[in-house]
Amino acid sequence: MARMSMIEALRSAMDVKLADDPAVIVFGEDVGYFGGVFRCTAGLQAKYGEERVFDTPINESAIVGIAIGMAAQGMRPCVEMQFADYVFPAYDQITQEAARLRHRSNEQFTCPMVVRMPTGGGIFGGQTHSQSPEALFTHVSGLKVVIPSTPYDAKGLLIAAIEDPDPVIFLEPKRIYNGPFYGDHSGKSVPWSQHAAGEVPEDHYVVPLGKADVRRAGSDLTILTYGTMVYVAEAAVKAAGVDAEIIDLRTLLPLDLETVRASVEKTGRCIVVHEATRTSGFGAELIAEVEEVCFWHLKAPILRVTGWDVPYPHAQEWDYFPGPERIERVIHKVMED
Amino acid sequence: MTGVKLSFPHPPARPDQVPDFSDIVIPAAGELPVPPLDLTAEQSRAMAVGLIRVLDDDGNAVGPWADYLGDLSADDLRRGLRDMLRMRAIDRRMMNAQRQGKTSFYLLCSGEEAIGCGFQRQLEKGDMNFPTYRQQTLLIGADYPLEMLIGQLYSNDLDPLKGRQLPIMHSARDYGYFSISGNLGTQYVQAVGWAMACALRGNGQIAAGWIGDGATASNDFHSALLSASTYQPPVVLNVVNNQWAISTYTGVARGKGETYAARALGYGVPALRVDGNDYLAVIAVSRWAIERARKGFGPALIEWFTYRVAAHSSSDDPSAYRAKDEGASWPLGDPVVRLKDHLVARGEWSEERHVQAEAEMLAEVTAVQKQVEAHGTFVDPQPISPAEIFRGVYAELPEHLRRQRQEMGH
Ligand SMILES: Cc1ncc(C[n+]2csc(CCOP(=O)(O)OP(=O)(O)O)c2C)c(N)n1
Repeated sequence: MARMSMIEALRSAMDVKLADDPAVIVFGEDVGYFGGVFRCTAGLQAKYGEERVFDTPINESAIVGIAIGMAAQGMRPCVEMQFADYVFPAYDQITQEAARLRHRSNEQFTCPMVVRMPTGGGIFGGQTHSQSPEALFTHVSGLKVVIPSTPYDAKGLLIAAIEDPDPVIFLEPKRIYNGPFYGDHSGKSVPWSQHAAGEVPEDHYVVPLGKADVRRAGSDLTILTYGTMVYVAEAAVKAAGVDAEIIDLRTLLPLDLETVRASVEKTGRCIVVHEATRTSGFGAELIAEVEEVCFWHLKAPILRVTGWDVPYPHAQEWDYFPGPERIERVIHKVMED
Repeated sequence: MTGVKLSFPHPPARPDQVPDFSDIVIPAAGELPVPPLDLTAEQSRAMAVGLIRVLDDDGNAVGPWADYLGDLSADDLRRGLRDMLRMRAIDRRMMNAQRQGKTSFYLLCSGEEAIGCGFQRQLEKGDMNFPTYRQQTLLIGADYPLEMLIGQLYSNDLDPLKGRQLPIMHSARDYGYFSISGNLGTQYVQAVGWAMACALRGNGQIAAGWIGDGATASNDFHSALLSASTYQPPVVLNVVNNQWAISTYTGVARGKGETYAARALGYGVPALRVDGNDYLAVIAVSRWAIERARKGFGPALIEWFTYRVAAHSSSDDPSAYRAKDEGASWPLGDPVVRLKDHLVARGEWSEERHVQAEAEMLAEVTAVQKQVEAHGTFVDPQPISPAEIFRGVYAELPEHLRRQRQEMGH
């Protein structure tokens, strides 16, 4: 075991896979010599050479298109989008090519690849460095969509994603790259190295895709969330003084409906929290699923706390960001019924 | 295994090595001709692979492009020098401000001042630039009020964009500066669309697209060239080749292509490659391309050959990927020094006046900065109402946003 930040854990996952599988290839903008603008791939090119880890031109659709070509031959590309906001030029390649290759070729060709991308706000990145596009990918059949909230999960999930036979969208909440976040933007952040959840095994292990994690057991209500918002929800629960069960979904597609159902059947109340804008967000999907399987167990309507339906504002980031107070208010509302 | 190998382009020097620009061919100033305005792509080949220069190593303006500039007044040149000095003063003050936390982000254009400052002065009111984040110089050349420019960086109530945009992503319609997107390349093709509308509406205006060498790899660069070639709108397509795209060497975006300018030839768009650190070359070629567009001879591409002296942005540390002092070794010098030397050689400027002008600019910028800081900075914000974020998403506030604003408490 070692103490690692999420960045280091992700790097360690790529390191392990580059070492144990010659088919694994890592590339993207600035990821080679420099090791990426977040330094996630730092040192990997020096260790594995530039045929395994290299820089690409600034052309996201080419990065993904190349990855598809490689993956179709059985290689295992793990590529980086510099920010999730820049995945859109590659959206066509991901959604209409990678996601469908297996199905449309009746499994003659497959696409085992991972597209990593830093996602979400909380770093004053403005409109084009803060978006959370998960719902745009969970709407696409043929993809898997993963978002970790701890270094341990980040590494285990990334290894599982690289080993997965299908294309995986791997969203990395950049607000918690270096430590967890408790929702107060002026509060001190604790580095992962000083945090129990920063413990990560140095060698190979997997956290299976499609399995949620019960972060906190409780009986009053269930909070369904993922990524950075896991910590904000924890802070809200503490402040609200309720015995909430917090579920970190970890994989949005496929969704671990069993864990969700067991929890909501037990508590009878549910709220959904995400940072992405509300309308047609992943929260809507979650609420629909919970309502279908748990309707007769519900004591109150399912509510959601999300980012507002506006572009991510630079200076007013903390008005946009769903903080603990917003969650707390909704917790109280759900508990009243 | 076969002998088939992939190629991975490398810069000539890395941090532990001596800067090396020996690969760069720099022809003498004054060698290339001024082509006719109806130049074709084929005829422009020599200019697309060569380098148009006006100022020689001794600071004299030489050759056909110098003649083309004709009786360019010393006042105009002093104006250019002032623009560049003002930009440099802003870069210095704002980088400091970023380090003090007064703004969250800054991005310098040191070394590239001549390009935007020179180009903008050749445009007319109503023309529209589609800039990237490194063309603040276009605002300086347009005499954009410093209060608004710095207010945007501080996201305070002088910010015309109300804190919505990342610092340096200005938008100034009245000054010919289109709203900047952080997504590279997307606006190059929008410039073509704007220019097509100029032609359709017959308003006599033109558009200018701007892109970095790295972002020429984007799909939209190629879309723009193809669309410009197809419809022949009045657009000047600028490529600022400053050698680096964050840590990525320019050769990665260029591949085995000759020059970025030469890339346009395959699309049938004439192209010229220019010493971007030579203010006189900048204004000469800008004038030519702008006149060509305005007179209906269609698009042209200009590659401005320059060097990014500063870090990519306030979040970047170039010492991790490029040789120390690489900027100082750039063989085409510093645009400010080169224009200064030219004016001194002409007897129109002196070292003393230069030092004085530098101090004046710094004092002017510092004074405006103070005044703007009284309206709040990032560490010391004066609250913009949070309700502001709901404004301008649509022309009219829809019901669901009204409900969300209420939910927020406003
Ligand atoms: C579509 C897209 N992909 C990636 C980025 C991240 N990014 C921001 S600046 C930059 C480098 C741009 O280099 P270049 O075009 O040469 O312009 P320069 O910064 O040198 O002026 C990158 C990769 C982005 N902004 N947009």
